Amino acid sequence: MKKSRIIVESIIKGFFLGCALVAVLSVVLITLFIFIKGVPLFVEVSPLKFLFSTRWEPTNEESPGFGIFSFIIGSFYVTFLALLIGVPIGLACAIFLAEFAKGKFAVMLRRVVELLAGIPSVVYGLFGVIVICSLVRETFGGTGFSVLSGAIILAIMILPTIINISEISIRSVPEEYREGSFAMGATHWQTITKVLLPASKSGILAAIILGTGRAIGETMAVLMVAGNAPIMPGWITSKVRTLTMNIVTDMSYASGNHMVALFTTGIILFFFIMLLNITIYIITRKSRIRNA
Amino acid sequence: MGTTFTLPKFKQCEENKTTSENKINMTEEDDTAAMNFKIITKNLDLFYGDFQALYDISMDIRPNKVTALIGPSGCGKSTFLRTLNRMNDLIASVHLNGNVYYDQTDIYKNYDVIELRKRIGMVFQKPNPFPMTVFDNVAYGPRVHGIKKKNQLHDIVEKSIKKAALWDEVADRLHEPALGLSGGQQQRLCIARVLAVEPDVILMDEPTSALDPISTARIEDLIEELKQNYTIIIVTHNMQQAGRISDFTGFFLNGKLIEMGKAKDIFFNPADKRTEDYICGRFG
Repeated sequence: MKKSRIIVESIIKGFFLGCALVAVLSVVLITLFIFIKGVPLFVEVSPLKFLFSTRWEPTNEESPGFGIFSFIIGSFYVTFLALLIGVPIGLACAIFLAEFAKGKFAVMLRRVVELLAGIPSVVYGLFGVIVICSLVRETFGGTGFSVLSGAIILAIMILPTIINISEISIRSVPEEYREGSFAMGATHWQTITKVLLPASKSGILAAIILGTGRAIGETMAVLMVAGNAPIMPGWITSKVRTLTMNIVTDMSYASGNHMVALFTTGIILFFFIMLLNITIYIITRKSRIRNA
Repeated sequence: MGTTFTLPKFKQCEENKTTSENKINMTEEDDTAAMNFKIITKNLDLFYGDFQALYDISMDIRPNKVTALIGPSGCGKSTFLRTLNRMNDLIASVHLNGNVYYDQTDIYKNYDVIELRKRIGMVFQKPNPFPMTVFDNVAYGPRVHGIKKKNQLHDIVEKSIKKAALWDEVADRLHEPALGLSGGQQQRLCIARVLAVEPDVILMDEPTSALDPISTARIEDLIEELKQNYTIIIVTHNMQQAGRISDFTGFFLNGKLIEMGKAKDIFFNPADKRTEDYICGRFG
C-alpha cells in the first residue's frame, strides 16, 4: 500500500519533470538545429562578407551573392521606426490606464488591449494592405508598400506588450512616493514625469525591449506591407526586406547553399533576440538588487 | 528615552475620576489668541463612501505651537490630518461637510490646492524619500515650484538640510541615493524636503512610528526647534511622545474629537472619562 503510493508519486513527479524538460529541450534542439544547418555556409562565404555585403544573389550560378546587410539594416530600420511610433503611444496609454482611467472604462480599455495582442499577424497584414499602405501611398507617395507601412503595423502590434508591462511597473511604484510628491504641492503631471516614470524606468525599459524583440521577430504582417525588395532601403517610402522576410520568401524554392544561407540568416536573427533577452535579464536583475 | 515602552504614571490615573463632561479646556489667555488661529475646522464630517469617518470636528490650531492628535487606531486622527492639506482629495470616494479655514480662508472653497500644499507640508508615517539622490529629494519641491538656478537650489537644499539637523551626516553624500540613508536619516530628509518649499504649517502623521528610540528622540528635538518658525500638527500613537512634545492635545475616539486642550490639562486633568481611560492605558 505504502510502497505503491510512493511509486505513483514518483511517476507523477517524473511526468511533470518530463513536461518541463520539453521546453528546455526545444530551445536546445532549435539552437543546435539552426546552427548545424546554418554554420556550414561559412565554409564557402566569409562571415564578414555574409554580414556586411549587400549583394543578395543566391541564384546567380556564376558568382552567387550571400550578403544580408540590407536585411539587417531593414530589420533595424523598421523596428526603430516602429518603436519611435509605438513607444510614445504605448507609454501614454499605460500612464492613462495607471493614473487616470477609472472603473468600467478602464476595464474595457484593458480588455481591448488584450484583444489587440490576440489578433493573428496575418490579419494585421490584411488590415495593413488595405488601410495603411493606401494611407502611406496617398500621404507620402510611392507604392505604399514601404518601411513606414511596416513600421506602423509593427507599432500597433507591439502596443499590447508596451502598454501592459509599463502599466504594471507604473502601478507598482509605492503609493508613498505619489503621496510624497502630491503633498509637496506637485501637480499630477509633475508627479508622473518626475517621480512615477523615473521610479518605474526599469520596467518601462523592459517593456520597450520586449516590444523590440516582438518587432524584430515579426514576419507575416511586415511581409504583406513592406514591399519585400532585396535592396538597401532608403527613405521611409522605399521598399524593404527584413531578416524574417528573407527567410520566409526564399524558403519555398531555395536549395543548396541558398537554403543554408537562410538558416544562417536565422542564426543572426536568433543572435539579436538573445541579445535583447540578456539585456532584459540584466535590467531586471539590477532593479531587483536595488530594491532589495 | 528609555521610557518609550512604559507608561508614565499620570497623576489622575490613581484617583479614577468619573466626570464625563465634554468640555474644551481653555483658559482666558488663550481666548485672546482666537483671532489668529492658524487653522480652524468647523463642524467637519468626512465620509468614505457611506462610511462616516469623522463626526462634527471643530478644532482651533494655534500658530507656532505643537498640536498633538492622539487616540486609538482607526479613530480618525490621520484622516483628520489629511483633510488639512486636502490629501483626501486623492481618494475618489471621500466627501466632506463643514469648513476648514487656513489663515481665515476656506481651503475647500477659495484655495488653490497646489498653493495650499506648499503652505502646509506633510511628513508621513513611513519615511518616503524618492528613489533619487539626497540633493534631488530636497530640491524636488523648489524645482516643481519653478526654481531652476543651480546656486539658488543649492542654497535652499543646504539650508533645509541644516534646519532638519541632518547636514553633518549627509554633507558629503548629497549625490548618493537617499534610500541608502538609515530610517531616521530618511525621515529627517523628508522633513528637510518639506522645509525646502518654505511651508507655514507642517503636518506629521506618526513620523516616528517606524523609527528606533534614538532616531525618535532626534525627531522630537527637531520638532521642538521647528515650532519657533512653524505650526506643527502631529498625529501620534505614542502618548509619551504627545506628552513630551505637544503644547496642545486633542483626543479622538471613533471619529469624534472627545477633548481638546492644553497638553498638561489633557494629560493631568482630563475632563472626559474616556480621555482619562485612554491616557491611563485602560484601552487603545
